[in-house]
Amino acid sequence: MKIHEYQGKEILRKFGVATPRGIPCFSVDEAVKAAEQLGGKIWVVKAQIHAGGRGKGGGVKLAKSLDEVRQHASAILGMQLKTHQTGPQGQQVRRLLVEDGADIKKEYYVAALTDRATQQVAMMASSEGGMDIEEVAHKTPEKIIKVFVDPLVGLTDAQAKQLADGIGVPAASQAQAIDTFKKLYTCYMETDASLAEINPLILEGNGNIKALDAKFNFDSNALYRQPEIVAYRDLDEEDVDEVEASKFDLAYISLDGNIGCLVNGAGLAMATMDTIKLFGAEPANFLDVGGGATTEKVTEAFKIMLKNPKVKGILVNIFGGIMKCDTIATGIVSAAREVHLSVPLVVRMKGTNEDIGKKILAESGLPIIAADTMADAATKIVAAVK
Amino acid sequence: MSILINKDTKIITQGITGKTGQFHTEKCMEYANGKNCFVAGVHPKKAGEKVFDVPIFASVKDARAASGATVSVIYVPPAGAADAIWEACEADLDLVICITEGIPVRDMLMVRNKMRQKEARGGKKTLLLGPNCPGLITPDEVKIGIMPGHIHRKGRIGVVSRSGTLTYEAVAQVTELGLGQSSAIGIGGDPINGIKHIDIMRMFNDDPDTDAVIMIGEIGGPDEAEAARWCKDHMKKPIVGFIAGVTAPAGKRMGHAGALISGGADTAEAKLAIMEECGFTVTRNPSEMGKLLKSLL
Repeated sequence: MKIHEYQGKEILRKFGVATPRGIPCFSVDEAVKAAEQLGGKIWVVKAQIHAGGRGKGGGVKLAKSLDEVRQHASAILGMQLKTHQTGPQGQQVRRLLVEDGADIKKEYYVAALTDRATQQVAMMASSEGGMDIEEVAHKTPEKIIKVFVDPLVGLTDAQAKQLADGIGVPAASQAQAIDTFKKLYTCYMETDASLAEINPLILEGNGNIKALDAKFNFDSNALYRQPEIVAYRDLDEEDVDEVEASKFDLAYISLDGNIGCLVNGAGLAMATMDTIKLFGAEPANFLDVGGGATTEKVTEAFKIMLKNPKVKGILVNIFGGIMKCDTIATGIVSAAREVHLSVPLVVRMKGTNEDIGKKILAESGLPIIAADTMADAATKIVAAVK
Repeated sequence: MSILINKDTKIITQGITGKTGQFHTEKCMEYANGKNCFVAGVHPKKAGEKVFDVPIFASVKDARAASGATVSVIYVPPAGAADAIWEACEADLDLVICITEGIPVRDMLMVRNKMRQKEARGGKKTLLLGPNCPGLITPDEVKIGIMPGHIHRKGRIGVVSRSGTLTYEAVAQVTELGLGQSSAIGIGGDPINGIKHIDIMRMFNDDPDTDAVIMIGEIGGPDEAEAARWCKDHMKKPIVGFIAGVTAPAGKRMGHAGALISGGADTAEAKLAIMEECGFTVTRNPSEMGKLLKSLL
């Protein structure tokens, strides 16, 4: 689960990491009021969307007067902000963050994430803050300093110092940088984050260290014990269909193609999508109905797929293990009836009670095309939509 | 022979009294020698009771002491599953298989590091399979987990995968071609897990009753590449490789917690390329895993 920058900064402050003062706003008037309340002479007006690259896309502006705050807030609020992470259609800006302008002397990068290979927490820092870190890693990998933290021990002083030295934090600010790294680590662990990134982490003219941005991602398996994080969820930033699907315990992801697919099991679902592409079409979605593919779940899955106007055909691929094929076939038939299915449907069914399942589909009177293998199913659905 | 388990394996079920635990314990006991293999269950408050004639003990330690079991399977719900894994490790079992899906990553990080610390201090090494996995099976001997037993057939092909139904797909293809499996193992779809592809490939390489292997991977993480590099130098048997997720977009979690592209190296294309370089016979068509394997024998 992702959250907004201003929410990330709230979390960081809670763990003692310094950030600029800022106020989240939902209207232009609120933005001007926020600037007044903050005082000072320079403010930053920042679009709040769940995507990076906001500055380049025109979503972050410096204001030197209250009039400029108003101007920038009017321009940014409501805009379709396009960044390399939003896709070509962009994301509508519904929230702003108005912040104190910062006196930036140097920009660093620091992040915590779980490293799969070592099964420890990786703390990464770089002297090249404010840039796309993937690019830094690619072009100048020596500029990324990494330490691996044993979660039974935590980030040690020596490791934190190694990071601070490695990115060249001046001696006078070392203690603050080390303290910041340790607090970021604690924050990462205690909030069940899967990514906690500060880019840039800045050194101010007066030697203070501050988080100028905050990007978090949280482990969805752990949300049950993080009610404060769940409260930050912003459904406006998520795909409507994915949200709807999650209510029915369906793992759904929208894609760009025209073949809807419904599969049990994540690996098989991806393999089905890949087969569709291999046979000349593109999948419209990823959809894993899970182990308990009940009539209700299959019906909801059909409804969600069919809401996508691009869908010209549906491929169902079920490997019946514990869930028997006849049960699933009954589910498919009643789901197809309930949604008045009007696009071609190919069903490939394998496993327990496969023959009874196929018979139920054949005798349903519905124009269901049966297939024996994934390849056969893909060939048939691609032909049917052409 | 086979890898990790056989007809003489004695097994403890942690979470045997829950709905899922009961359902699958019954299915596993019905399969081949299962009735003799599943010898104990664990529930802290139900010691002395029985499920399907299997005695329940208050702890894994008690269950082990009474039954001599060396393996456990876990169906405990996510919030308590990492503790259940640790309990099995503290009881010095050889192998613990965690079926549970949805365990917080931080819990897995903690338990994996505790396991490492225990070994570093000279404690017994317990292998972990999973979590979020279907389990493993040695056909006609014993099945531990949630896979449908009847699609398997005793044979000489090893199957390993991160996904449940995709493992079944490969198994069914092998069976339909008149071949069979020595063992079929699902290592699970979570980012922090126990046994990895490389470990299973080592075991299949050493197993005199395995002639060839189907290795199935998916997007996310470095494990398949690591296994491929090891196979290049050591594997003496033919391997068919498939990676799911060529069409998966970056940055999206594809069902499995670990199926997430976060950089260039964990895409399906990158993994397929490394596997090919390392001498695997790679296919992009998952319907042909079995046929391709047969052609290599």
